[in-house]
Amino acid sequence: MDLARYILRRALLSAFVVMGVTFLVFVVAQVVPSDPAALYAGPRPNAEQIEKARVTLNLDAPLPERFARFAVSMATGDFGVSYKSRRLISQDLRVYLPATLELAVSSTLLALLIGIPAGVATAARQGSWGDRLGSLGSILAVAMPTFFFAMLLQMIFASWLGILPLSGRLSREISISDPLPFITGFNLIDAMLAGRPQVFVDALWHLILPALTLAAYPAGIAMRLTRSAMIDILSRRHITAARALGLPERRILYGHALRNAVGPALTMIGLSFAFALTGSVLVEIIFAWPGLGRYVSDSILSKDFPVIAAATLVVTVCYVLMNLVIDLTQAVVDPRVALK
Amino acid sequence: MSVLRRLGLGGSLGLAVILTFALLAVAAPLLAPYPGQGMGDPNVTAKLTPPSAEFWLGTDHLGRDLLSRVIYGTRVSMSAGLMIVAVSLLVGLPVGLLAGYFGGWVDEALMRVTDVFLAFPALLLAVLMAAALGPGLLNSIVAVSVTWWPWYARMARAEVLVLRGQPYVEAARLMGVSHPRILIRHILPGAARPLLVQAALDFGPALLTASALSFLGLGVLPPTADWGKMVDEGRKFFPDRWWVSTAPGVAIFLLALAFSVLGDALRGREGGKRDDPS
Amino acid sequence: MTLLEIKALSVTFPSNTGPVQAVRRVDLQIERGSIHGLIGESGCGKTMTGMALLGLAPQGARIAADVFRFDGMDLTTHAASLRGRRIALISQDPAAALNPVLTIGRQMDDVLRTHSAQPKAERRVAAVALLTATGLAGPELLLKRYPHQLSGGMQQRVVIAQALATGADFLIADEPTTALDVTVGAQVLALLRKLVAERGLTVLMITHDMDVVAAVCDRATVLYAGLSVEEGPARAILTHPRHPYAAALLAALPDAVPHGQRLAAIEGRIPSPTQPITGCAFALRCPSVMPVCHEVPPPRRGGSDHGWLCHLDGQAP
Repeated sequence: MDLARYILRRALLSAFVVMGVTFLVFVVAQVVPSDPAALYAGPRPNAEQIEKARVTLNLDAPLPERFARFAVSMATGDFGVSYKSRRLISQDLRVYLPATLELAVSSTLLALLIGIPAGVATAARQGSWGDRLGSLGSILAVAMPTFFFAMLLQMIFASWLGILPLSGRLSREISISDPLPFITGFNLIDAMLAGRPQVFVDALWHLILPALTLAAYPAGIAMRLTRSAMIDILSRRHITAARALGLPERRILYGHALRNAVGPALTMIGLSFAFALTGSVLVEIIFAWPGLGRYVSDSILSKDFPVIAAATLVVTVCYVLMNLVIDLTQAVVDPRVALK
Repeated sequence: MSVLRRLGLGGSLGLAVILTFALLAVAAPLLAPYPGQGMGDPNVTAKLTPPSAEFWLGTDHLGRDLLSRVIYGTRVSMSAGLMIVAVSLLVGLPVGLLAGYFGGWVDEALMRVTDVFLAFPALLLAVLMAAALGPGLLNSIVAVSVTWWPWYARMARAEVLVLRGQPYVEAARLMGVSHPRILIRHILPGAARPLLVQAALDFGPALLTASALSFLGLGVLPPTADWGKMVDEGRKFFPDRWWVSTAPGVAIFLLALAFSVLGDALRGREGGKRDDPS
Repeated sequence: MTLLEIKALSVTFPSNTGPVQAVRRVDLQIERGSIHGLIGESGCGKTMTGMALLGLAPQGARIAADVFRFDGMDLTTHAASLRGRRIALISQDPAAALNPVLTIGRQMDDVLRTHSAQPKAERRVAAVALLTATGLAGPELLLKRYPHQLSGGMQQRVVIAQALATGADFLIADEPTTALDVTVGAQVLALLRKLVAERGLTVLMITHDMDVVAAVCDRATVLYAGLSVEEGPARAILTHPRHPYAAALLAALPDAVPHGQRLAAIEGRIPSPTQPITGCAFALRCPSVMPVCHEVPPPRRGGSDHGWLCHLDGQAP
């Protein structure tokens, strides 16, 4: 069947891309830097220590062999040891990845919840004041530098108004004196599993500002894409036909037209998600959010390449998988996609 | 005047803002009130003073006039945006031309390579690259371009696929004109135009990405002024001494906004399709 | 009995360069239970007339008429409420008229539940009955299909079934066979004819194709440059056209010309909808044009059964 073949082809392509991504990360993290052994050996190493590091890191082996080892260890979840902290990276990732995913998923949801209805509403009332206001908002959101927007939100909502926490994932009282058990790593879920509603609220409260920061840009894009897709679809003949059949305008808008715009909307999930993953590097340091982004940005200046490489790889694989799921969903929703 | 009318109010304003910033960049030594501080000289007697008649935008932690810093920072930001787009175009255009023109396994191979590059959330790859190359303006430009060129390769390929089927190209091929000649004489001009338009539109996003890297400490080295880095420097004093970060932050926002508005006016208000900028 | 009566309908769009007259002056009178042809080239205002009847003229359109009445109700105020209840549209290209991402079942059901309070199971039965009535085989299976999985003829039958599902007694068929093969088109026309006879429907058949008029229409109106220039029994117009334009249209038909001879194309162009017309709209292209045609609007000739607008008194060439 067409759909089955499409799924297979798409899955194979994703597998290839993951291989390519691994190779690229390997090259950038292990081949480009001038002397990984010196970095590994610690501060002010002597010649003997560097030599030992070269052996440990297997730097003298031929490149294909080094890549093969790298790929195998990445695939088995062995990301090596941080140059700086000497801790196992895989252990750190287990804590940091859920934190970042929690943020990325919530900001993606937020972006779509704002962007798509705004796009539909403005498309339905093209040229009205609401439409102009919405367009202005989307332009502002798209041009705003994420890191500066984060600081503005902090200033307004935390410092001036004092209604939202300045930073962190949980209030100090909770995280220090009465921490949540680590179950999934997603605070919202763990709080529910542990049956502690006040912690859930606290976690949600801390999530608002960083999620809003990361949602601004994709919400703006989502609004524009939805708006132009809806305007295009609303001018199609099957919409006129639906009107001529007397269908109520609401059902035409949400039942018929938006259904055609699902393709672009799904694409936007991928865009928002990628943006959130990317932006986490900037936003997490500002909001002191203990996630992958901060893990990476903390490692930049210390040239902790194993950490940067592992984080980049893990996040990218998440993104590739996400895109695969989106494409497959699209093929199921719109039966014409698989035929192309 | 007809150009301005076609751009509309928003587009004209955007153009005006861009031209103003360009002027600031070119004539920074003449326009900055304290050129020496703009280039990095500390001024320890006036640390962190709020905006005043003397220092319109206030001063930073080394007492340097923020207006002068912002004006000098225009140079870095604008050239970073320009260079990113230019370098990406120089790589992406030929790749797309070859892939589209020769098709077959050449196309397959090159497009799978772009797939790999496009699979990364862009800023992460740029961070990894920049970290490997070390800080510095040139390195950060290279790092961003690495994530940027595949878009142009894709676009160029799509254009070539259309042009390749044109009768005049087929005719040239049948008459035995050599491949390089066909590519350069017949296909490049047609394919380059829409790419150049896109590149102009990408200026804003490129600027945002470059300033994000610089914010992370992967851009220019001190004491050169750069907006992204200035926002980061002000973070330590934020929000009590809010002006230190606000001056450069607003500058980035204004210039990116101007490019985005102008871009909208140029291409007739469609949505952008990029996920790179930050 | 007259179902639809229109006198001096005009549809105008204001624009920077002056008003654009999509429809200048159209008279129509359609009897209940008949199929009435609305004939003309593209751009003559026939589709816009149909859209005005449905209250779906594009935004900014100004609609004016001396009489604009459907079954005793004024369409200027009631078009939106009659649309999809008494008046339905069968549009030109069925592939474009059906939503590509919704199943046939969903699209049938959407119409049915707009117009009745039946429970879901009953609506399904109704949908199956309607699809069967339009001559579609295996309607249960069809409900699960998407439009692109159907042939053009099947799609058009679905569109007709949707129109029937509204319960409308007046159908506006806008070039319903143009997008179809000739044989499939003939089948669709036969189906419409049958539905009119069985269900007492009335149809406004918008077309540029004289063969369609010959096949199904009882009466017809010829439109030129937004003006109705001739109106009468379809048979009379086809055999003895009185307006020179109607005559020219017929002469341009392939069948009208013996083999080996060239088709008589109509020279010249339709006057632009932005230009006012002082004399006869067809004067620029008319083979029997006289000086008066450029100056004075033509008078209405003929009787109540068959009338036309022309300065020539008598037979068209």
